[in-house]
Amino acid sequence: MATQHSRSAARLMMAPAVTLLLGWMLIPLSMTLFFSFRKYLPMRPDIAQEWVGFDNYVRFVTSSSFWPSIQATLIIVGGVLAITVVLGIALALLLSQEMWGRGIVRVLVIAPFFVMPTVTALLWKNMFMDPVNGFFAHILKAVGLTPIEFLSQHTLLSLIVIVAWQWLPFATLILLTATQSLDAEQLEAAEMDGAPWVSRFLWIMLPHLARAITVVILIQTIFLLGIFAEILVTTQGAFGSRTLTYLIYQRVLESQNVGLGSAGGVYAIILANIVAIFLMRIVGKNLDT
Amino acid sequence: MGQIKLNQVSKSFGTVEVIPPLDLTIENGEFVVFVGPSGCGKSTLLRLIAGLEDVTSGHVMIDGVDATSIPPAKRGLAMVFQSYALYPHMSVRKNIAFPLRMAGLDKAEQDRRVRQAAEVLNLTDYLDRRPGQLSGGQRQRVAIGRAIVREPKAFLFDEPLSNLDAALRVGMRLEISELHKRLKTTMIYVTHDQVEAMTMADKIVVLQAGVIEQVGSPLELYQRPRNTFVAGFIGSPKMNLIGGAEAEKHGAATIGIRPEHIDINEKDGLWQGTVGVSEHLGSDTFFHIQCGVSPEPITVRATGEKAFEYGAKVHLTPRPEHLHRFDAKGLRIA
Repeated sequence: MATQHSRSAARLMMAPAVTLLLGWMLIPLSMTLFFSFRKYLPMRPDIAQEWVGFDNYVRFVTSSSFWPSIQATLIIVGGVLAITVVLGIALALLLSQEMWGRGIVRVLVIAPFFVMPTVTALLWKNMFMDPVNGFFAHILKAVGLTPIEFLSQHTLLSLIVIVAWQWLPFATLILLTATQSLDAEQLEAAEMDGAPWVSRFLWIMLPHLARAITVVILIQTIFLLGIFAEILVTTQGAFGSRTLTYLIYQRVLESQNVGLGSAGGVYAIILANIVAIFLMRIVGKNLDT
Repeated sequence: MGQIKLNQVSKSFGTVEVIPPLDLTIENGEFVVFVGPSGCGKSTLLRLIAGLEDVTSGHVMIDGVDATSIPPAKRGLAMVFQSYALYPHMSVRKNIAFPLRMAGLDKAEQDRRVRQAAEVLNLTDYLDRRPGQLSGGQRQRVAIGRAIVREPKAFLFDEPLSNLDAALRVGMRLEISELHKRLKTTMIYVTHDQVEAMTMADKIVVLQAGVIEQVGSPLELYQRPRNTFVAGFIGSPKMNLIGGAEAEKHGAATIGIRPEHIDINEKDGLWQGTVGVSEHLGSDTFFHIQCGVSPEPITVRATGEKAFEYGAKVHLTPRPEHLHRFDAKGLRIA
């Protein structure tokens, strides 16, 4: 592929795909930017469309629901990351052991990832967390306790559990492949060197998994910042479960204030990019060694 | 101290017996080499001694103490692995200090021992590098360093030189021999390379399919192989093994003659043959000669100046005093 001719041919053939992708990204982005500087309430024909400068941006941040939504977002992302990474490592170590029926167990562990977010949320809401008919309610009643209203009393925790259940397979899968690439002789050498299991885990396995853990955190953070279906299906943003994404949705579709919502969208883009740059640096540092 | 004794030790993986019960004694301070073709169980035997594999039956005695159920860390042995098994995220210093840190030694003592080991192994300039930044030979030395700081009762080497190129291998071979002379610690060394076995060992253990074929000093094995397997395995180029009518003349099922114990000339001799490929090494020349006495070509070693055309007719005479005779079971006839 080195000749001038083949290179220009390659460019020509890639052009449609590149154009499509660019358009796909640039048109919505520029429209969001455009609306964010305008007063635009489509259901209120009495209010005229006009340029308002940074008015929408100021109003979005100064609204009383802005900081709580940032807080809720961070708690959910942090909680899910903590659970998936810790349990993911534990499961990866378990599943890399030789055992009977390992193939089937692996498929079962990965299964939740194939369930759509909406379905996941419905399953948890109705089957497990429902205070009347839910599985947990039945268990609590069986031992003589009052059922807990998970989604209204422990809203964020419940959401974290639901989302973590969904993302645990992903973390497990990546960490499992990393575990299997660890040289068995290194562990044996450490064993000969007198390292008990805990030390072998801390000094040999964990450093080996560091890169995979960063990848898991990076990818999950990007997806978790945008979780939406789980909240819409379970609480619809009530009981302090309104994340940044959900707040933007409410501004645009419930209040029909496209301008304000777009400003929020731009904040979300900035936030996601800050996180991405930050994490890319960590990954880059880890990939160097 | 470092005497290791195997009493009727055997190992099976499932229903496959890789090592039938065997006895072996390794004396304190000895350099013992386990040699054999790949899959002969030599590495398994080493891992049994190390404790990385459990014995199926029998006992491993270290310094007279039954170590069969003692975990590897507590046996007081150090192992150097084929892949070196260095910890990639730790500096050379931390790699070497790792067993000391696990033993809970204080910082100053760790430092002292690491520096001492680094000096012995010429690693002082590399202490702050990562294993990934070192060459193969240096990594090998770090692995050895990690073993010697523990001051073990015995060193176990599992094919440590097989990942190095030929020139480095010769150098490291000398370094390990030198180290043994200096430390006078028991060393058990596993290899499939008979040259390494011959050059380094005090005692060679030849294994085939988990069975000890012969134990002895390198020269003992070379001069008096107990059976045709050892005869063919030890020595390079291989001993010529001839069966059939020629062997019967000597009252044996197989006779063996080493390449250097055959005289070659153009005029007369016991066997007549045609010269095939000649390999000139400078110091020696190896001729592969197609001969009536055996279907396989016979290898003859001559001085470097000797030269024959391809296809030339030559005569070979084996020196009778160097003839090895083996019976129908392949065992040596005294």
